[in-house]
Amino acid sequence: MNIGWYLVVSALVFAIGAGGVLTRRNPLVILLCLELMLNAANLALVAFSRMHGNGDGQIFAIIVMVVAACEVTVGLGMIVALYRRRLPIDVDELRALHG
Amino acid sequence: MDEALFFIAGIGAVAGAIAVVTLRNPFYSVLALVSHLFSLAVLFLLLNAQFVAAAQIVVYAGAVMVLYVFVVAYIGGSDQPIGPQAGKGLTSLAILAAAGLFIVLILATLGSGLAAIDSEGASMSGTFGQPGQIGELLLTKFLLPFEVASFLLLVAAVGAVVLARRRGAIGVAAGEALSVADLFRMPEGTGSMREALGRPTGTNTREDGPVAPRPGLPTPTGVSAASEEDPA
Amino acid sequence: MTTVKTFAWLCLLAPLAGSILNALLFRVARGRIPGVIGTFFLFVSFVAAVVTFVALQDLGEEERQVRAIAWDIANTAGVDAQLTLLVDPLAVFMALVVSGISSLIHLYSVAYMDSDRGYTRFFSYLNFFVFSMLLLVLAGNFLVLIVGWAFVGAASYLLISFWYRRSTATAAGIKAFVINVLGDVGLVLGTYFIFRGTGTLDFLDAFAKAPDVFGHNDGDLVAGLILLLVGAFAKSAQVPLHTWLPDAMEGPTPVSALIHAATMVTAGVYLIARMWPFFELTPAAAAVGAIVGAVTLFIAATIALTQTDLKRVIAYSTMSQIGYMVMAVSSGAYVAGLFHLMTHAFFKALLFMAAGSVIAAMAGTQNLDRMGGFRRAMPFTFGCMVIGGLALAGVPPFSGFFSKDEILAFVAARDDWHIILAVVGYIAAFMTAVYTFRMIFRAFLGDPVPEARELESGHLHHAEVHTNPMTGEVEDTDVGFPGPVHHIAERELPMKVAMGALAVGAVIAGFLQIPDVTEAIDHFLEPTFAGSEFFEELDPSGGLTAFGLILGTVLSLSGIALAHFIWVRRPGTAERVRERLAPLYGLFVNKWYFDELIDALFVRPGRLLGAVAQSVIERLFVDGGITGGATSVVRAGSAAVRAVQTGFLRNYVGLIVLGMVAVTVYFLLQT
Repeated sequence: MNIGWYLVVSALVFAIGAGGVLTRRNPLVILLCLELMLNAANLALVAFSRMHGNGDGQIFAIIVMVVAACEVTVGLGMIVALYRRRLPIDVDELRALHG
Repeated sequence: MDEALFFIAGIGAVAGAIAVVTLRNPFYSVLALVSHLFSLAVLFLLLNAQFVAAAQIVVYAGAVMVLYVFVVAYIGGSDQPIGPQAGKGLTSLAILAAAGLFIVLILATLGSGLAAIDSEGASMSGTFGQPGQIGELLLTKFLLPFEVASFLLLVAAVGAVVLARRRGAIGVAAGEALSVADLFRMPEGTGSMREALGRPTGTNTREDGPVAPRPGLPTPTGVSAASEEDPA
Repeated sequence: MTTVKTFAWLCLLAPLAGSILNALLFRVARGRIPGVIGTFFLFVSFVAAVVTFVALQDLGEEERQVRAIAWDIANTAGVDAQLTLLVDPLAVFMALVVSGISSLIHLYSVAYMDSDRGYTRFFSYLNFFVFSMLLLVLAGNFLVLIVGWAFVGAASYLLISFWYRRSTATAAGIKAFVINVLGDVGLVLGTYFIFRGTGTLDFLDAFAKAPDVFGHNDGDLVAGLILLLVGAFAKSAQVPLHTWLPDAMEGPTPVSALIHAATMVTAGVYLIARMWPFFELTPAAAAVGAIVGAVTLFIAATIALTQTDLKRVIAYSTMSQIGYMVMAVSSGAYVAGLFHLMTHAFFKALLFMAAGSVIAAMAGTQNLDRMGGFRRAMPFTFGCMVIGGLALAGVPPFSGFFSKDEILAFVAARDDWHIILAVVGYIAAFMTAVYTFRMIFRAFLGDPVPEARELESGHLHHAEVHTNPMTGEVEDTDVGFPGPVHHIAERELPMKVAMGALAVGAVIAGFLQIPDVTEAIDHFLEPTFAGSEFFEELDPSGGLTAFGLILGTVLSLSGIALAHFIWVRRPGTAERVRERLAPLYGLFVNKWYFDELIDALFVRPGRLLGAVAQSVIERLFVDGGITGGATSVVRAGSAAVRAVQTGFLRNYVGLIVLGMVAVTVYFLLQT
């Protein structure tokens, strides 16, 4: 398959992930959708790496995976902390930082 | 053969993505994401990125998703309506935004006129995508990102522990928690004038409450006296 | 030439040095040291003025107008102003008078102001005042003149409200300052007119260009000169800008002696004399000056007949005598006017000093009604007062006789409508004698009052409770109020020396300018007034002069006799006259209602304007419109921006996505 197809898939998954972030109210699910977007980016990176023929894109993808893992860790920690404090796990309820 | 695999994996990925976004129970969303990750791994394999594919399955699907599963199990997924509190408008707007994003991305990548996109990729060396090549790159060309990434992992781990710990779970009482004021407080016996007069030697004197001046010393007058008489 | 310049600068700067030194040593100097410092620097200034005088005379006749330039002040388009002193006979004359009288008054104050908590401040201010006055008279161009003029006004304010905790004193200081500022405005605007015509601010250059640039009675020049005259009238307390002078008696007596007798009020006279080239080109402006001078001298004399405050009688007398001088220099009798300036400085300062001594004996009260019979208790003061009074009344051979009659003779010699002014002057001379000796007889003759009796037995009356002499408010003797101890001349050597020197001057100064006999001042001032039509040609004939002298003598002696009759021979006559002429008396004692008129015409509308401005303009437009408008615009803007911060996570994400799409589209469109 030529590379373009992979990019199409990547774009589609990215858009779906973005739509999910905008739509869902549960922060856990929002984080999941963020994961979708990151994975789409990974796919694009690897595709380009294949296009160029060197391994730079794959290294990038690995580092992205590391960052995603860290972000998930901290995000989930925050959600657990929220849950412990009996705050509603609903992104629409958590809006104290408004102007 | 490649094409067939591509289409199966591609549809699997997209289906998994849609499932993540639309399923109500978060647990099901997690499972959908796992399937999406597996499909992505297949796509990576098709792109000759073996190590990345393996890492995807082992690290991402294996570790990160397991973490997710634990947290979802702890918190409990509840059936929540997808509709936003603000009304139906936001959902359609979101779909519209996503569609717009998709179109723009397609235009950006495919419409860019990059010739190589239409190809199957450059000719690759034999070690392309092999762990050996990855390892060599990580330790030579990308050493700095590698080290920084490890540091980032450390920070994330510490952060997660601090965020999620239960107060007192490590045997620390609430009152003994460290605060910034403590950093400014001079330890006892440093010999400052303030201490000699029997007044508290930190910045947040309110927390300690009024201190009884030592007998035989001049009673403080003025503003400081007023603040000390004020009950904390 | 350099001697002249050097000593002119020394004369000018010595008082400034004294002022600064006193200010710096404020906390350190004890006792009478600040007074000694102040007097010392003034003596230095006087000696420097004398040396300048001698050095100036050494120069040839043509070189007698020396310019001493320090540095450029402004050198912008068209304006070339430097810090210039013009050292010529007129300036040196004024500098001698100013520094000489000032040094004697400083000497007097060393003893008089002792025990006042503000002693050092007093001498610092007094030195600063003398510096300003010297700057004014030594000025070589309009810029320095205006600076000196303004400084003099400021120093006058500082000294009038010297006892600053006294509300009447501060009110008087403000009144003096406001009227002075009015004069400053006139001065500056007049300068502008002259500058516009001649193109230069320098005196000598402007004088040289004047005949070419301005025609006879040129409208521009008349307007400019009338504005200058407004400045002169404000400073010299001529009608209608005179109301500040009687109130200025709130200041300590040495201040009244120095500022309101000898120096500051003569600044207007000096100005008119200095600007003679312009005045001779515009007889219209000169006529204004002469008429105002005549009106003032008459009005002031009538008011002085009725006043009961000792210092105010002398103040109105000053106003009247300055009226004589203004009339003289506006009519072309320059030497006569300046001669009278000099003699007046002597005897008026002497009168004020003696009055100060009497007031001290009365423990601060200034009311003539409460004084009487001090002749035996204070012989020296009495003698000085009599000498000053005789000089003021114009009795030969005292100095006032020669100077006043010279003025009237010269004014009469003008031979046109000026004769009316001369007649008015003679009538006022009669009144001068009457009110002067009314004051002296009431204060010194007659039955001694309790304070006088106390003093005769050797004890100076001491007030238990210090009060404001005008309003009776209770005061203390801390800083801002007069000190607890009063000093009279009989007991203080410095006061005696100063008053004695002035008395000698009041007696013999007249001999400098006996008409047709010794015309020392005439000769001395010739270089300044060279080219003046009046200076060279105006000369009363021998007959007119003799007639004037005899008439003057007759009037003054009969005035003294009348005063003696009313107040000594037949006490009670004054009351009967008062009842008979009640409306006239009312007019005079209320000072011709000038204060009330100014209050109604200017003060009340000003207050009303202020109230309207505050309630309407300030409140509605400035607070509401401008500040309110600006803040509400900002508030609205920030409210609009704040609306974006909803707190909803998804809104923020949506905005991020939107932004991302926009950026991508932008870059796509670019390629």
